[in-house]
Amino acid sequence: MLEKALSGSRNYWLWIAGLMAVIAVAFMGYLQQWEFGLGVTGMSRDVSWGFYIAQFTFLVGVAAGGVMLVLPYYLHDYKAFGRITILGEFLAVAAVVMCLLFILADLGQPKRAMNVIFNATPYSMLFWDALVLNGYLLLNIVIGWKLLEAERNAVPAPKWIKYLIYLSIPWAFGIHTVTAFLYCGLPGRGYWLTAILAPRFLASAFAAGPSFLILLCFIVRKVTKFDPGTKAMQTLMKIITYALIANVFFLLCEIFTVFYSQIPEHMDHLKYLFFGHGDKVALVPWMWTSMFLMLSAIVLLVIPKIRNNEKYMPFICIMVFVGTWIDKGMGMIAGGFVPNAMHTYHEYTPTPLEILITVGVYATGLLVVTILYKIATQIKEEVNA
Amino acid sequence: MKDKGKIIAGVAIFAALVSFPFWYNTGTAKPAPELILAPEAKAAVTCILPKDQMAKEHMQLLDGWRNSVVREGQRVYVAEDGKKYDMSLSNTCLECHTNKADFCDKCHDYAAVNPYCWDCHVNPKEK
Amino acid sequence: MKESRRSFLKIAGVSALGVTAASNAHAIGEYFIPSEQAIKDQKVSTADRWGMVIDTRKLTHELNEKIAKSCHLNHNVPTLENKNHEIKWIWEEHYEHAFTQQPNEFQAEETAHAPILTLCNHCDNPPCVQACPTKATFQREDGIVLMDFHRCIGCRFCMAACPYGSRSFNFRDPRDAMEDGKPTNPEFPTRTKGVVEKCNFCAERLAVGKDPYCVEASEGALVFGDLSDENSEIRKVLKENYTIRRKASLGTGPSVFYIV
Repeated sequence: MLEKALSGSRNYWLWIAGLMAVIAVAFMGYLQQWEFGLGVTGMSRDVSWGFYIAQFTFLVGVAAGGVMLVLPYYLHDYKAFGRITILGEFLAVAAVVMCLLFILADLGQPKRAMNVIFNATPYSMLFWDALVLNGYLLLNIVIGWKLLEAERNAVPAPKWIKYLIYLSIPWAFGIHTVTAFLYCGLPGRGYWLTAILAPRFLASAFAAGPSFLILLCFIVRKVTKFDPGTKAMQTLMKIITYALIANVFFLLCEIFTVFYSQIPEHMDHLKYLFFGHGDKVALVPWMWTSMFLMLSAIVLLVIPKIRNNEKYMPFICIMVFVGTWIDKGMGMIAGGFVPNAMHTYHEYTPTPLEILITVGVYATGLLVVTILYKIATQIKEEVNA
Repeated sequence: MKDKGKIIAGVAIFAALVSFPFWYNTGTAKPAPELILAPEAKAAVTCILPKDQMAKEHMQLLDGWRNSVVREGQRVYVAEDGKKYDMSLSNTCLECHTNKADFCDKCHDYAAVNPYCWDCHVNPKEK
Repeated sequence: MKESRRSFLKIAGVSALGVTAASNAHAIGEYFIPSEQAIKDQKVSTADRWGMVIDTRKLTHELNEKIAKSCHLNHNVPTLENKNHEIKWIWEEHYEHAFTQQPNEFQAEETAHAPILTLCNHCDNPPCVQACPTKATFQREDGIVLMDFHRCIGCRFCMAACPYGSRSFNFRDPRDAMEDGKPTNPEFPTRTKGVVEKCNFCAERLAVGKDPYCVEASEGALVFGDLSDENSEIRKVLKENYTIRRKASLGTGPSVFYIV
């Protein structure tokens, strides 16, 4: 089936070439980091995780978001999703690939990455995260590939694939739960030390993942003859509505607990994020933008006429995606480190090189999505023809 | 099999690329470098293990040393003859083998290995 | 040949698979020297749980500088210009930053800005050890929380887990910051870029029966000893003085005590 990715229109090849060019430039940036060390980034002794780990966290959510197609179809027999579950599975593949690349980019000694396996340490959450992410990647590759193959050959998929699919559903919840456990089990970090973190991560994932899927559906519809179906997209919009409301609700629960109890070690991070500390206000405009995007998206989403209108869908999805991205991809990690363990405020801003490497990883993810979606849509075009 | 030509050409190019290092280096093999002992090493006469064994297995031994020192906190090595040595690359090995460049690096370069020991461990005798 | 192979096996020990079953802590393919060939120095200082008491009444800015310098020069801790990349094992903090859980707006000016020394607490229940995915950070039988720099992958999970800010990361090659790339103490290794580091309670000095550098330089302000030994000097000091620990309510069980 791979050969389907090797023939395409001029625009297809231009797009691929563009992505490759971005990846190549970013890779040269990475070589600089490889040579010098992580000192090329804006990270510091106080803010020891930054943009890479934040992107990783956000993208685990995007990967888990694919389950919002798989679950209704396989557990509730919701037919409208049947034709596009493959898009959710392939998006998950690309997102996990990006996650793993971000982890690698963040390691001080990437050559020793396999130590996590050689010295397997079950009480370290990072060990479990490596395990569930790689497992999820494998599951989605196998499931996506086998389903597509069966569709192309017009035969029923092998029976065992069904069990893998059932396994992949709780697994999707698992990857983001374990990712939240990385942070929420650390005793000295008040911003993360909350049991609502995993549910909050999942809620934002089930908003961000499907929003990105809908955006991809629009692109698929534009550049191929395969139509993902209006009904499926409308249902996804409904899922996004619930998920986004849950996400904001969980955030409000956190805000209540923190500000009503007024324990400084928990309160000061949120205060810093939304109001800054003295002249340290780097994240304040971002956080309010995120809140504005999420809240106004909720207003638009709860009105069925707007939510179901294909003209507005892409805009709402962009709002949701950007809003949740800022919340997780910018505020969540840096916010946990400011103030630091000594309760001093040391801010973090990513360097241009750090951003370039980040863009490179995203370009790699887009390349994977492009190739996998090209294969999937072309097979669907042929089957439909 | 209408692509027969293309496939054969592809395989040929692949094979050529993969074997590049072999035919590129053919006939340029150099003799293994001679080990040069520092005066301190000559004076000591014996190493902690027989010479040929050290040549072959010093890396495993050092791996054992580092685990013993760092993880077990056992820092003294008892040789076969009962003699005791501080398990330390910088402070024991290089104490005798003061000529790191001739004794260590030459052979490592020849074998194209790049042990990362030296990223942290220093040669105290180095001027 | 056969003979030397056999004797090597005896010396280098079994590969980790066998050892793993016994100690459950070692990686595949690593070598261990069998116990009859790897021993401790006769002069070794031993304890069940090493600890430290810091008498903050005796600390001054100058003394703190002297102590930190003694540690950092002997452990080849580089002085880096860029504050982001800073590495420190033992350093001075003002009281209000060292003891964030004792906020007191009416604190005597002198106390609030009192120069306190902070270092790794060598916790009894260390969150950094729990977080480390490779056991590069581990707790020894004598309570010391130690780092195996050979194994660290530089994920910095331990830095996020440590509630005391005791850990530093090598954001660049530390030798770049040393004069001619030479360490100040050639008998002690430097670190490589991309690994985390912190105070080791001078494990290398305890191994030969010496006190840590900081204690030696402290002019009596720092007392070091075995917390589990009722008759030790440190226990005597703890019995006679009111002491506090940093963020003890987190349950980490710090082994560094402060007389304030």
